Amino acid sequence: MSLQISDLRVYYRTLAGDVKALDGVSLEIADGEIMGLAGESGCGKTTLGNSLVLLDGRMKYISGEVLLDGTPLPIADYEAMQELRWREVSIIPQYSMSALNPTRKIGRMVDELLHSRGRQYKELRAELLRRLELVGLSADILDRYPIELSGGMKQRLVMVISTLLDPSLLIADEITSALDVSSQKAVAQTLVEFRDRKFVRSMIVVTHDVSILYQISDTLAIMYAGRLAEKAPTGVLMEAALHPYTRLLISALPEMGSRFADKRLMGIPGTPPSLLNPPTGCRFRTRCPLADAQCEEQPPMVDVAPGHAVACWKVT
Amino acid sequence: MTNAAAVTNPSAPTESVGRRREFLYFAIRRPKVLVSATIILVFLAIGIIGPIIRPGDPNAFVGPLASPPDSTYWFGTTTFGQDVFAQFSYGVRATFLAGFLGGSIAAIIGMVVGFVAGYTGGVVDEILNMITNIVFVIPTLALLMVITAYLSARGIVVEALFIGLTSWPWAARAIRAQTFSLATREFVDLARISGVSSRRVILSEIAPNMSSYLFLTFILLFGGAILIAASLDFIGLGPTEGVSLGLMMYNAVAWGALPLGLWWWFLPPGIGITAVVGSLYVMNVGLDEIFNPRLREM
Amino acid sequence: MLTLEHVSKTYKVGAFGGGSLVAVREVDFTVAPGEVVSLIGESGSGKSTIGKMILRLISVNGGRILFDGTDISTLKGHELNAYYRAVTGVFQDPFSSFNPVFKVSHVFDMLRGRFGGSVEGRTWDERVGEALESVGLEGGQLLHKYPHQLSGGQLQRLLIARALLLDTKMLVADEVISMLDASTRIDVLNLLGDLKARGLGILFITHDLSLANYISERAVILRRGRAVEIGPTDRVFGNPLHPYTQQLLAAVPRLHEKWGKQIAPEDGAATTCLYHTSPAARDGSGSPRPAMAEIEPGHLVACANVDAHCPDDVAAGTAAVA
Repeated sequence: MSLQISDLRVYYRTLAGDVKALDGVSLEIADGEIMGLAGESGCGKTTLGNSLVLLDGRMKYISGEVLLDGTPLPIADYEAMQELRWREVSIIPQYSMSALNPTRKIGRMVDELLHSRGRQYKELRAELLRRLELVGLSADILDRYPIELSGGMKQRLVMVISTLLDPSLLIADEITSALDVSSQKAVAQTLVEFRDRKFVRSMIVVTHDVSILYQISDTLAIMYAGRLAEKAPTGVLMEAALHPYTRLLISALPEMGSRFADKRLMGIPGTPPSLLNPPTGCRFRTRCPLADAQCEEQPPMVDVAPGHAVACWKVT
Repeated sequence: MTNAAAVTNPSAPTESVGRRREFLYFAIRRPKVLVSATIILVFLAIGIIGPIIRPGDPNAFVGPLASPPDSTYWFGTTTFGQDVFAQFSYGVRATFLAGFLGGSIAAIIGMVVGFVAGYTGGVVDEILNMITNIVFVIPTLALLMVITAYLSARGIVVEALFIGLTSWPWAARAIRAQTFSLATREFVDLARISGVSSRRVILSEIAPNMSSYLFLTFILLFGGAILIAASLDFIGLGPTEGVSLGLMMYNAVAWGALPLGLWWWFLPPGIGITAVVGSLYVMNVGLDEIFNPRLREM
Repeated sequence: MLTLEHVSKTYKVGAFGGGSLVAVREVDFTVAPGEVVSLIGESGSGKSTIGKMILRLISVNGGRILFDGTDISTLKGHELNAYYRAVTGVFQDPFSSFNPVFKVSHVFDMLRGRFGGSVEGRTWDERVGEALESVGLEGGQLLHKYPHQLSGGQLQRLLIARALLLDTKMLVADEVISMLDASTRIDVLNLLGDLKARGLGILFITHDLSLANYISERAVILRRGRAVEIGPTDRVFGNPLHPYTQQLLAAVPRLHEKWGKQIAPEDGAATTCLYHTSPAARDGSGSPRPAMAEIEPGHLVACANVDAHCPDDVAAGTAAVA
């Protein structure tokens, strides 16, 4: 499957006006690719992930096109998307661990979910059990209540349920954030395994944790204030990022070798702009050390190498 | 989705103006609140102004017996020639008083028990819970009958006291639950490590966070107290002197207003109680929608 | 400055307090002035519980916590006041740490009653202004804002400014940057490093090993309430002695190195126990055995099989090694 997003705009309705959370993002994902979508809070990554699956009451689709295997994905149409949700496009939402109904046994919950999609629990039970075993959960989990499981177990459970119908596209939204380091590794590796075993064709992994993405994603896209800053194969991005924001962001990450006493890492001064009235032109220019008058015009996303695109005047 | 909330807006007006503005915006657009508040205020006005324009003992025999409303006696007279309007306005006053007093007593007890149980936890919580449950299940009617047997004369205050002492448990439970969840928040820990005493933590950190909830609880207790008072009066367990809307209804039914068709005697108090209590409950729902943004439809 | 001696915390759980849950089990370590000690553990390790016990938010069941030699559970009145001043904390969620109905200046005003007034000729407002400057914030308009109008980073800085206002000696930083963005995290972390240079002792509680590696001099690794490894950060991370530490380090996602396929041994499967095979542990001379054995100077390790029985336990008579 392939996914093409062209100039997608999704805003939030608020009393004070429209928050331009997603303001013109274009992406492409190939078959079998795991794309990491990273950025800080308010950058629009969760909005992008969610808008591909479900536009909730406050989200307003403005413009842009999404093509799934060449056919348009009707994201603005709730009814049309109902057919595709879970089957073609699926999501592991943020806080999904705490979204399990505490009064339902797991098995009953899965049964109800399947029933709502017109599938029978019986026909999928064998596959469900097989996949549970694959992620290291025993079959008796179906008789337990969510409260009896640990965070990592719940997360793996939600991953199995979300991919039970073998969707073409899976969006994983901050699935490792609330977990311990060892569970994070298990969950992240499970994601890759799902792709390798073709339970899922392609994935978008949304997170603020770039180091996890380095471990599992094929390509990385960095977002800032509702727009895409840079996109490249993961190794290329980590070693040779071009956009000033990406470079500053990566250099602000403490990793195992660096120590304060030896070398102070620098953060990025300032805060992201308000998305109610974002500045014209490049949204990073208020914090960018390289910014000048040219940056008052929005830089286009330009391919500097095959698969590597940047939106910055100073680079292209 | 926290994108909208995460937007920091340094040029936004200060919070209190913003909040008030938002509150008024919704309050004005909420017919529930407007209409019910108006109704309550009208009755309150009657209760205050009525006795001023018709002073004197409302139970005095002043006019023709059982006459329908006319220009002198706006609500007509009872079978004994008492001015129904005078009774009504004094009655409204008494009803409001009983409601306010009873509601306040219940609110105070409920708050004290709820806050202490929710904040302290442990053994204190267990004991207070037990007390709450016991008072909850006491059959208040039976208790009242026993008390009535011992008290020859009862006034509004005693009635209000009784209502206040028996209707607080649900409020205590609700406040306890809210306090429980607030007490785990980190600003409470911050206050404690600043050396703030428990009493001050409850009063100045936790209670202000629940102010809208406490207000709504009081409204419900107020309305509930009025209803209970009217019911008690109606079955004859009310005050032995004075007048209230419930007492009016009691008298109306006892002295044959129904078969005699004296609608002007039993309708006003009935409508009065229904309107006031109903408005209070509807206002509660309306205010809840204002205070709790999630209940609003955009 | 701060010493934890065999500190334990047990909770009563279940109806009528029938069962018990051990949150912290006999933990010993110290924090000296000008030193950052990181307390590392996953969820359920007891690290936050230890932080709260030090701040006197939770009582200590076993052992004692000493501050400058005095048991903190005995403090009252004036001495307690002095303790609240000398030891203070910053918590994980900046938005939960501020009461949403008050302006942010409330956290400072709360202190005014007890610790207010002029000190060395500077008025309260001047002191607040100085504290804000030390953390890189400008007073004035900022103090009149409500918490939701500020960013997480600014709020955390305000809380650190509050600590500076108190002239605190020891800061308990409980996951203070885990809820912040990557670009702000490093600024707050650097701020803590600068404060350390001014003589502040910091207990840095975290689950993120990279952060601990960046900022701390010494590290304490906690697992299910027990300290399993303690030592200088570069030694604990460079030469991890306990299987659990090795497991943690193997699971950390690095930025320039992919995860290997090796998995550290599970509990009970540890092949050698450095604690029980060390000279200190095998010395059966009658005095109580220390909970941890010192393998290198300052680098201690506990039994490799914390939950199960250790096959190398000489004293229990089931020695695998002669």
